[in-house]
Amino acid sequence: MKSLSFSTRDIVCGLFFILAGLFFAIQAYGLDLGTAFRMGPGYFPFVLAGILIVLGVIVIIQGTQIEHEPMGPIAWRGMLLILPAPIFFGLTIRGLGFVPSLFLTALIAAFASNKMRPGMALLLVCGLTIFSVVVFSYALGLPFRRFGPWLGQ
Amino acid sequence: MELFNNLVLGFTTAGAPWNLFFCFIGVILGTLIGVLPGIGATATIAMLLPITFQLEPVSSLIMLAGIYYGAQYGGSTTAILINMPGESSSAVTAIDGYQMARKGRAGAALAIAAIGSFFAGTVSTILVAVFAPPLTAVALKFGSAEYFSLMIVGLVSSIALAHGSVVKALGMVVLGLLLGLVGTDIYTGTPRFNLGILELSDGLNFVAVAVGVFGIAEILRNLENEHDRDVMIKKVTNLWPTKQDWKEMTAPILRGTAIGSALGILPGGGAILASFASYTVEKRMSKTPQEFGKGAVAGVAGPESANNAGAQTSFIPMLTLGIPANPVMALMIGAMIIQGIVPGPNVATEQPALFWGIIASMWIGNLMLILLNLPLIGLWVKLLTIPYYMLFPAIIAFCSIGVYSVNSNVFDLFAVAFFGLIGYVLAKLRCEPAPLLLGFVLGPLLEEHLRRAMIMSRGDATTFVTRPISLTLLLLAAAVLVVVLLPSIRKKRDEVFVED
Repeated sequence: MKSLSFSTRDIVCGLFFILAGLFFAIQAYGLDLGTAFRMGPGYFPFVLAGILIVLGVIVIIQGTQIEHEPMGPIAWRGMLLILPAPIFFGLTIRGLGFVPSLFLTALIAAFASNKMRPGMALLLVCGLTIFSVVVFSYALGLPFRRFGPWLGQ
Repeated sequence: MELFNNLVLGFTTAGAPWNLFFCFIGVILGTLIGVLPGIGATATIAMLLPITFQLEPVSSLIMLAGIYYGAQYGGSTTAILINMPGESSSAVTAIDGYQMARKGRAGAALAIAAIGSFFAGTVSTILVAVFAPPLTAVALKFGSAEYFSLMIVGLVSSIALAHGSVVKALGMVVLGLLLGLVGTDIYTGTPRFNLGILELSDGLNFVAVAVGVFGIAEILRNLENEHDRDVMIKKVTNLWPTKQDWKEMTAPILRGTAIGSALGILPGGGAILASFASYTVEKRMSKTPQEFGKGAVAGVAGPESANNAGAQTSFIPMLTLGIPANPVMALMIGAMIIQGIVPGPNVATEQPALFWGIIASMWIGNLMLILLNLPLIGLWVKLLTIPYYMLFPAIIAFCSIGVYSVNSNVFDLFAVAFFGLIGYVLAKLRCEPAPLLLGFVLGPLLEEHLRRAMIMSRGDATTFVTRPISLTLLLLAAAVLVVVLLPSIRKKRDEVFVED
């Protein structure tokens, strides 16, 4: 066996399983476990959480036996702009209304790509907003206010 | 005769102008997303799910089904033209299809794929019509023990189909099951795992989880390194296969259809497994195995027929038992629940128009696909050249609208972002999202049937092995697990899944 070469990927994955398992196990233990005959709300999740922890340990053990592979690039810019976009939509849809909220959401998301240029982004987002208003608001009749109270309407 | 009457009912339902329209929308949309990079059928259906709430149940399910098999068609188009399978089930098609395209035979490859798919679609539609009613009758006799064991088969099969480590896939299933239990315990009304968040007392929103782990996480992965797609084939000519092609494709299509139909029925099986199995069989049976990988007609015809047949017959467990065979079927079940239909064996008797309408629409949809797609190849080729950065802002926007419109709940959008992040991290750790989502859907059902079965047997766990149907299913699950853990098969599985 090779000396001290391990896969970071597998170690992290195993730890993730173990932590998630511990979370559910501790929570489930606080509930009524019941018996195998009459299982309480905690029984099944407690068993599953135990299995998850064991699987996490196995993943870590396996990870120490294979060589490290690089994780590859991480989409930092993507995460920074893509993940907040739906949240922004959720927080502004009532206040700003459908049209401005969607416009800004798509605009935020658009800049997650390194290749996006401002002019292109504006054009794209305008087209997208018009399309969405026609399809979702007029054609499908989703009950959104097009412009909301924050804009003085 | 009853079958005939049922089919008439089905075709009248599916043939109504309104339903034809939605079938059309579905297959076009499906082909579109199959062709477009970085967005799959699962994410699209998840996005559109809330919108289907506005439609009639039949129309919405017909449209969603259309997206599913439309995406198979679109996926094979990209597999052949640019060696990029749009859907994982067309990964095998890329091997020989792309080689045919490089030899200037793209048109013939596309036509062979389309003809094979259509033939398989026709046969498997008939199979669904013939086998669904007797299976429904069997399903009505299922007790909780049988349901529990059946779901175990489904979950185990989804592990078999995941890429990479079996242990990780198993972990994803268990994690999914646990996430599915978040909310309120149905027997006692006890809140659990909700961290004191009021919005979680009904559990995590299925659409938000699906959009997060499939839609958002996929976008993040695509943004890691953006590269333009290289479209070599600008123009596709000579669609009609030659006489020699017809001769070479007939037997593979027949075999592919048979393999696909059989494997599709297994819960967790479906299209991907079918296409791989068919390719292996064709290579074994071929008199010229050295041609495979260099543009063999059989290497396109077989798998393409198999994946379409598998996609269709995977509706059988969903329609008869209410058990999803794959994430897309899980979403279809979600759509039924949104519409107030309880999925399961009663659908066939209580909603015959819906049940047979969906079956008939599959054939109509396949017909539309072959009639539309071959002439529209030029358009799809053009769409292939759309750069990714122009697409994903729209995907984000539609995801946000879709998820918000389910409950008008801001919390659900936080959940989308959260599961997008989790999905991305898990993808970086080489964990597949499909088993997680299947586990998530089945979690509450599995627990309910386990608890009920244990109460019925007065706490005797042997109930699962003393009831013959349950025992058979558990043995099947065990066999699948043993098979995927065997070193020789694992090696083969790794080879087959090398695509990225």
